[in-house]
Amino acid sequence: MREIAASKIREAVTELCLKANFELRSDILKALKAAVSKETNVRARNILKAIIENAKLAKKKRLAICQDTGLVSIFLELGNDVAIKGDLEEALHKGVEDAYKKGYLRKSMVADPLIRKNTNTNTPCIFTFNLVKGDSLKVTVSPKGFGSENKSAIKMFKPTAGQNEIIAFVLEVVKDAGADACPPLVLGIGMGGTFDYAAQLSKRAILRPIETKNAKKHIRALEKAILNAVNSLNIGPMGLGGRTTALGVNIEEFPTHIAGLPVAVSVSCHATRSAERTL
Amino acid sequence: MRRRLKAGDEVLLTGTILTARDAAHQRLCDILKKGKPLPLNLKDAVIYYCGPTPARPGRAIGSCGPTTSSRMDAFTPQLIRLGLGGMIGKGGRSEEVTDAIKKHRCVYFLAVGGIGALLSTKVRSSKVVLFSDLGPEAVYKLEVKDFPLLVAIDSKGNNIYGKAGRKKK
Repeated sequence: MREIAASKIREAVTELCLKANFELRSDILKALKAAVSKETNVRARNILKAIIENAKLAKKKRLAICQDTGLVSIFLELGNDVAIKGDLEEALHKGVEDAYKKGYLRKSMVADPLIRKNTNTNTPCIFTFNLVKGDSLKVTVSPKGFGSENKSAIKMFKPTAGQNEIIAFVLEVVKDAGADACPPLVLGIGMGGTFDYAAQLSKRAILRPIETKNAKKHIRALEKAILNAVNSLNIGPMGLGGRTTALGVNIEEFPTHIAGLPVAVSVSCHATRSAERTL
Repeated sequence: MRRRLKAGDEVLLTGTILTARDAAHQRLCDILKKGKPLPLNLKDAVIYYCGPTPARPGRAIGSCGPTTSSRMDAFTPQLIRLGLGGMIGKGGRSEEVTDAIKKHRCVYFLAVGGIGALLSTKVRSSKVVLFSDLGPEAVYKLEVKDFPLLVAIDSKGNNIYGKAGRKKK
């Protein structure tokens, strides 16, 4: 058993929240630069250039890439030979609180969905565990804005549904998101499992670098087919037209029940943020 | 001046704007519902749908890009009727908002979403003027210089998104 102190986890969460909010992911930045050279619509190209300039400025001046510094989701991959010393849950929330105070980040959490009083700490965060082999703990922090989160959707398909029906559903979600979700988008798609697990998979899908494709050939082909279909919609950056509607489509799949085929689409904006560290 | 703006025009705005988003809109409309006067003058004012990040020491404001305008659609027509001059946000508006813009010769601008760090360099000063308890959702008065905008719906009702931009409720 390897011991990891909760205080170390708290520090890591803080560091990762700051990094995610100030430094645009390198895969996203690379995709944006590639999109500028391919984009033929002048207005779309100018918007893409402004997004790249914004990322440079945010990194240099330690300013939030976007004012919606998000609701923080934390994904933990816990090795089964790890023992956490201290209060892990408190470490996660306090790590977020420290970052949002120290980094001048926006506190966007309200304590109750109906009473809506700001907690002024940007906590609580939301966290999930995956159990893995080994003696390390991987912490991935994903602050996500709600302009895009509000456009995410799930559909419980019949088990006999074909790929075309899935593609049509994703296109409907993207069209409904329109300009509101800050395209060019990153789409995380979760397929299989249950209602809730498909949604979780769709969130995890966003964490994967968009240049890394799914390991399974048929899923990889579907990722490509969806990306091409989405980029034919002419929604473009900020919904003003152009061929760059999505920068990437990542699918994560899981076994499911004979009677169903859940498909969840997590819509994420061009400022898709995450950062990870292994302790 | 605003009547000369056409949908699709790129403009640089210099002057005073007020931020307000969901919670502030709800409060303003609750005050109107009670038949009371608003605590701020909206005649010819420009409302920016924005909840900025806190300012770092030495900076006028933190990151300050637009939020989704359509969430304000249910509240907007009554503010336009009070003489609101313009709005800044991102995304399309409802048919009711578009009709109110046309009727009262208002204007709706787009700012690029997700570039709040860059937009913060166009803000000279910021000050909370109303609903300070709302934190990031308070009403801030901003002095902006050369704030880059695109006219999305002009005072004649022309819409940069075309008919598809007129969202049905």
